[in-house]
Amino acid sequence: MSDLLEVDNLGKRFGGFVALENIALSVRAGERLGLIGPNGSGKSTLVNCICGTLRNEQGSVRFDGRVIDGLPAHARTRLGLARSFQLPRPFVSLNLMDNVRIPLLYTVAARGAHHAAAAVDDHCHRLLREVGLEAKARHLPRDLTQVEMRKLELARAMAAEPKLLIADEAMAGLTHSEIEDILTLLVRLNEQGVTVILIEHIMRAVMSFSRRLVVLVSGRKIADGNPEEVMRDPEVERAYLGQ
Amino acid sequence: MRSIPFLLLSLVVGAAAFAGAMQLGNDYIFFAGYVVLQYIVLSTAWNILGGYCGYVNFGTAGFFALGAYSTVAIYQLIEANEFPHLVPLPVLILIGGAISGVVGFGMGYLTLRLRGAFFAIATLALAVVLETLVVNWDFVGGSRGAYIIRPETIGPFGSYVKYLALLMLLLAVAALNVARLIERSRLGYGFATIRDDELAAEAAGVPTLRLKLIATTISGALMGMAGAPFPYYIGYLQPDSTFGLDYAVNSIAMPLIGGTTSWVGPLIGAILLGSLQQIITVTISSAVNLLIVGGLLVFFVVVAPNGILGLVHKYLQRKPDDFVGRRRTDLETPAAAAAPDAAPGTPP
Amino acid sequence: MIFSFDLLINAIVSGILIGGFYAAVTCGVSLSFGILDIVNIAQPAFIILGSYIAYMLNNSLGIDPILISIIVLPAFYLLGAVIYQIYYLAFERRGQESLRGLAFFFGLLFITEVTLVLYFGVDYRYVQASYIGPTWHFGFVDVPLRILVPCLVSLLLIAVLQLLLTRSFVGRAIMAVAQDQLALRLMAVDPVRIKRIAFGISIATASLAGAFLIIIQPVEPSVGRQYIGRVFAICVLGGMGSLPGTVIAAMLIGIVESLTATFYGPSWAPAVSFGVLLLTLAVRPAGLLGR
Repeated sequence: MSDLLEVDNLGKRFGGFVALENIALSVRAGERLGLIGPNGSGKSTLVNCICGTLRNEQGSVRFDGRVIDGLPAHARTRLGLARSFQLPRPFVSLNLMDNVRIPLLYTVAARGAHHAAAAVDDHCHRLLREVGLEAKARHLPRDLTQVEMRKLELARAMAAEPKLLIADEAMAGLTHSEIEDILTLLVRLNEQGVTVILIEHIMRAVMSFSRRLVVLVSGRKIADGNPEEVMRDPEVERAYLGQ
Repeated sequence: MRSIPFLLLSLVVGAAAFAGAMQLGNDYIFFAGYVVLQYIVLSTAWNILGGYCGYVNFGTAGFFALGAYSTVAIYQLIEANEFPHLVPLPVLILIGGAISGVVGFGMGYLTLRLRGAFFAIATLALAVVLETLVVNWDFVGGSRGAYIIRPETIGPFGSYVKYLALLMLLLAVAALNVARLIERSRLGYGFATIRDDELAAEAAGVPTLRLKLIATTISGALMGMAGAPFPYYIGYLQPDSTFGLDYAVNSIAMPLIGGTTSWVGPLIGAILLGSLQQIITVTISSAVNLLIVGGLLVFFVVVAPNGILGLVHKYLQRKPDDFVGRRRTDLETPAAAAAPDAAPGTPP
Repeated sequence: MIFSFDLLINAIVSGILIGGFYAAVTCGVSLSFGILDIVNIAQPAFIILGSYIAYMLNNSLGIDPILISIIVLPAFYLLGAVIYQIYYLAFERRGQESLRGLAFFFGLLFITEVTLVLYFGVDYRYVQASYIGPTWHFGFVDVPLRILVPCLVSLLLIAVLQLLLTRSFVGRAIMAVAQDQLALRLMAVDPVRIKRIAFGISIATASLAGAFLIIIQPVEPSVGRQYIGRVFAICVLGGMGSLPGTVIAAMLIGIVESLTATFYGPSWAPAVSFGVLLLTLAVRPAGLLGR
């Protein structure tokens, strides 16, 4: 079985600054991958390159068997790649219902499924309920707390019915039980067949969720494998303790 | 209200207004009304790209003039063969709209990849390049200008200006309906996401470039249609006034003063500001006119950024969703759900 | 179209001289747009304002226009500071600078221009100075002093600005505020104050540029509109905020305009800068020396 996502020798520079160098990564369908690394190591840049928000100068990305380099971000989302943003980017003039409606209208609908307006509404409610935001369905994002905005980010990514979901630090600032909720949500998604890449700093969550762990430091991948073994790797220890 | 009833209602209202004006028996109301109606079209057209998508177009005059000059070109072409007015105005309007729409598409293709401010400046640049091309093209009169001698009377209307006003009225109704249709459709949601956060819109699957091109094409086409009858209205077309920056400032001020989030805003802005300008031009001077437009623009943009619509929302002190919910029962529109002072969600 | 070597050289020299002047016209926008990201589309109107002030005082008191513009500098600086404060409170703080900020400055452009029309009318105004009139001749090359003097003072102005930006604390704070406001705050420097100072400087340059303009050519209120495109074309071509880039770009545009006017006719000149702008935006948005 070929991999769902194949990142091959990916490199990205910003002027003279090398953000990513020679990143090679393979993700199988159905995997639960954790991606960790110190701040500034390039995790979000990698996500941006994979999802098309940024263009990588070097290397290529293959999704579901096809090369997606050069495809604009919306095309990649339609192929089944979804992500939540590390700094939430809600549509500020739309209420929560409409925020999650957008991926339904533009991604899911583009794949051929056509639903009546009422069914779409129900779908939106369901998505908001899954992240616990149904009560604020008609509110605007500015009425949300930071934590709630992160949940909205996740809900919007889920609304695109992805094959691969990249959750970029979705749990920052959440309480213990909220983290549990999000983890449960992600596990359930995974059981439904969605491949998940979890980018996090909260080690407890990463360790309990991930079946494989990848570590990024200063734009390079320094470890890739079983979570327990990776955390025992001296280079990884140095990266975290030595900072 | 669903779209077909609204179309019929707007036609009825328009017809009633026209009939009322006919009763007054004075041609002046048609001269003045034409200008106001023209501004309704221009500001509605501007708002589709500017208010809905968030892309500021300074080049309104370019598209308007394109419509006007395509009429002149056709007139010159046909008059040379001694058949003046062979092409009826409605056809000229469609041609003007088509040409402007194509140019709008082209301009969009060249400039929409640019970030907001650069796009705005590029639109200004385009208008000037167009003007320079026209000024140097003697066939349409160049810098000397072009004359069109319009028929004295026409059919059942009597004076020709009544006919022009009627056409512009129909165009205004069409523009308002198009804007409203967009607002209530999937396209309207897409436009709103482009305005709010283009990056997030792309990530959510919105084909932003394609939607922006649709917006510039429709916007440009409507502006061109508004410009097509203008040579018949004014009789003598001069490049520097036809391409004047005045069209830009008006088509920006009217939606911003009326409110950019829905089709109602440009309508209110055009009627209020347009009428005000007619009064001032006649009673004081046309220079003071522009001063007031500029002043009102600055005032509203600083003090009441969501325009008159925003003030109305605030005054009624309802939550925007209640207000909206009471007005419509079918699919909620993103435009109407926008709160009066939507400030961006602050990042952590 | 008669091609002659004399004509060519003169066109190029003329272009370089005018380019020096264009650099002064643009440096304010290089500051506000290139560095601070504020689209001050009204700058040409403020320059015309400077021209008229120079005209008034030159007409009544007979003082040299450039001297007038230096005396009036503080007033322009203050104007800039006030405008920025309003802009900040109304837009930057609310995060709505794109659409509404642009409209704000567009409105200011109109208000300024029309106020001048109402006060002065649409007649062309000009100033008197000893160097307006004489032309120096170097072989077949003609160098009108009324263009040479503003050109030289412009370059001096740019040099002073560049020194300010690179050597002084305020100047470097201005460059820093464009890149990292948080770091600036951590150094106990208020970014808003720095931006206010920068914008004030940017408007102050309009005073000088205005004097240069009315020395070079007679002025009436709508002349400013021709400069909107030039200014942004030069700013973008020059790399958005690089003053040396601005000078080079200004001279390039000056030369191209001059060649176009000489060999194709002046009615094509307006399209030159705008055309260059469109081309630059399409091909190399970072400009010649861009960051």
